[in-house]
Amino acid sequence: MIPRRNSEPRFLMAATALAALVLQVVSLPYWLSVLRPAVLVLVVLYWSVLAPRAGGIALGFISGLVLDVFRGSVLGQHALAVSLVTYLAIRFHLQVRTKPVLQQSLFAFAALFLYELVVWSIDGWSGHGVASATRWLHPVTGGLVWPLLAVGLERLQTAR
Amino acid sequence: MAAFATSASRSLPSRGGSAGFRFFLYAIFAVVLMVLDQRGGWLELARSWLTAAAYPIQLAVNSPTAAARWIHASLESRASLQAENARLRERVRQLELRSLRFDALQRENAQLRALAAALPPVAEKYLIAEVVSVELNPLRQRLLINRGARSGVFKGQVVLAAGGVLGQTLRVGPWSSEVILSTDPEHAIPVQVQRSGTRTIAVGGGSSGALMLPYLPVNADIVAGDILVTSGLGGVFPEGYPVARVQAVVRDPAQSLAQVRAAPLANVERDREIMLVWFRPGHPAAPWKEDTASAAAPPLRGVTQPAPPQPQPAPSAQREPEPAAEEGE
Repeated sequence: MIPRRNSEPRFLMAATALAALVLQVVSLPYWLSVLRPAVLVLVVLYWSVLAPRAGGIALGFISGLVLDVFRGSVLGQHALAVSLVTYLAIRFHLQVRTKPVLQQSLFAFAALFLYELVVWSIDGWSGHGVASATRWLHPVTGGLVWPLLAVGLERLQTAR
Repeated sequence: MAAFATSASRSLPSRGGSAGFRFFLYAIFAVVLMVLDQRGGWLELARSWLTAAAYPIQLAVNSPTAAARWIHASLESRASLQAENARLRERVRQLELRSLRFDALQRENAQLRALAAALPPVAEKYLIAEVVSVELNPLRQRLLINRGARSGVFKGQVVLAAGGVLGQTLRVGPWSSEVILSTDPEHAIPVQVQRSGTRTIAVGGGSSGALMLPYLPVNADIVAGDILVTSGLGGVFPEGYPVARVQAVVRDPAQSLAQVRAAPLANVERDREIMLVWFRPGHPAAPWKEDTASAAAPPLRGVTQPAPPQPQPAPSAQREPEPAAEEGE
C-alpha cells in the first residue's frame, strides 16, 4: 500500500492513532481510568521519534484537538499540550531513537508529565477543578507501558 | 523553546520552516482557539460539528456495553419479564390514582393563586433520550445521550430521570448531547427544603455520587430525610421538581456552617433512558431568566406580591384539552 517502507508509514500511523484514541476514551471503572496511560499521546510520541517527517507536529496537534473534542475540554488545550511533546520528540528524535528502551521509558515519562503539566495549567486558567492528585499517576503508567508499546508497534511495522 | 535547540534540529530538512517555527505556529493557533472557545464562546458551531464527527466513534466505543446489555435483555426469562410486567402495571395504577389527585390539586392551586397562567402545566414537551455512555468519576459525572440539536435540544436544558432532576445539557451536537449530572463537582443547583422552605444551593459531591449543601448555617432547619426540591431560582430549573433526599447533617458547633449530604433521587445506574423537558416560557413556575423577566414575567412571579384577585373564568373549561405529555411526570 505504501511504497517506501519505514520512512512515511502514514496509513499505519493513522490506524494506530485511531486505535489508541479508542483505548483512551473507552469508559472504564474509575480506579482503572486513573491508571490508564495516555495511549494516544504515547503513540504520537512513538511516531514522532521514529518517523518525524511523516506526521510532523500536525499529527500531535490533530490528535490533541480530537482529545479536546472527546474530553469536552477547552478547544486547543490538549492540542497545545500534545503539540509541545510532539515538538520535543521530533527535536530529540535522534537521541531518543538510539537509547535503550528503558531510557526511552524515562523520556516518555518526562514527556507525559510535561503534557499533563500543560493540561493542568490550562485547567486552572479555564476554571476547572485542579485539586485531584490522581491525574499525576498516568505519566508513571505511561512510562511503564512504553516498552510494550514500542515493541508492539515495531512488530506491526516490520510485519507489513 | 530556544533553549532546547541542539544539533539534532539540523537533521530535519526544512519543510515549511524548522520544527521549532512550526511548533510556534501551532502553539499560537492552539492559544487563539482556547481564548475564542473560553472567553468568547465563538466556537459553538465548530464545536457542534466536531461533536457530530466524534459521535460515531463514541457509539462504536460503547457498542460492546450496548451489546452486552442487549444480550442480557434478550436472555431474560419469561418469568422475570412477567413479574416485571405485573409490577409496572401496579405502578401505573398507583400513578394514575395519584395523578387524579394531582389534577385536582393543581386546579385548586391555580384558583388559590388566582393566576390564569398557572393553568397549563409548566412542562410543555418531553423527549425521551437514551444514554449512550456514562462517565462517573470524582472529577466528572457526565452522560452522553442520543438526542441533539436536530431534535430541538438546547444548551442548559433540564434533564429528568425517574425519581427526579438528573442535571442539564452541557454541550449539544447535532445528534448527541452531553449531560452534566447534578452530582458533578462543577455543577450547582438552587434547591429548597420541601418541609421548611429553606433555600440553598446544592453542589455536586463528585466521587461520592452525592450532593453537598455547603452554604447552610449550623442552625438551619434541616434534618436527615428531608426532600430537596428545585427552588426555581437560577434560570435553568423550574420550581418544585424533586432533587435529592438529605442523608446526613453534621452540626459542628465550632463551625458556622453545617455539613449536609444528600443523595440524588434520580438514579443513573438504573435508568438507561432520561427525559428532556421544555418549559412554557412566561409560566409562573418556569425557570426565571433575567432577560425574559423584564419583559413579561415579574407580575406573574407572584412570589412577593400576590396578584390582584381576578374573576376566575371557569378553570375547568380551559383545562379541557389535556396535553398528553403531562403523563410523563
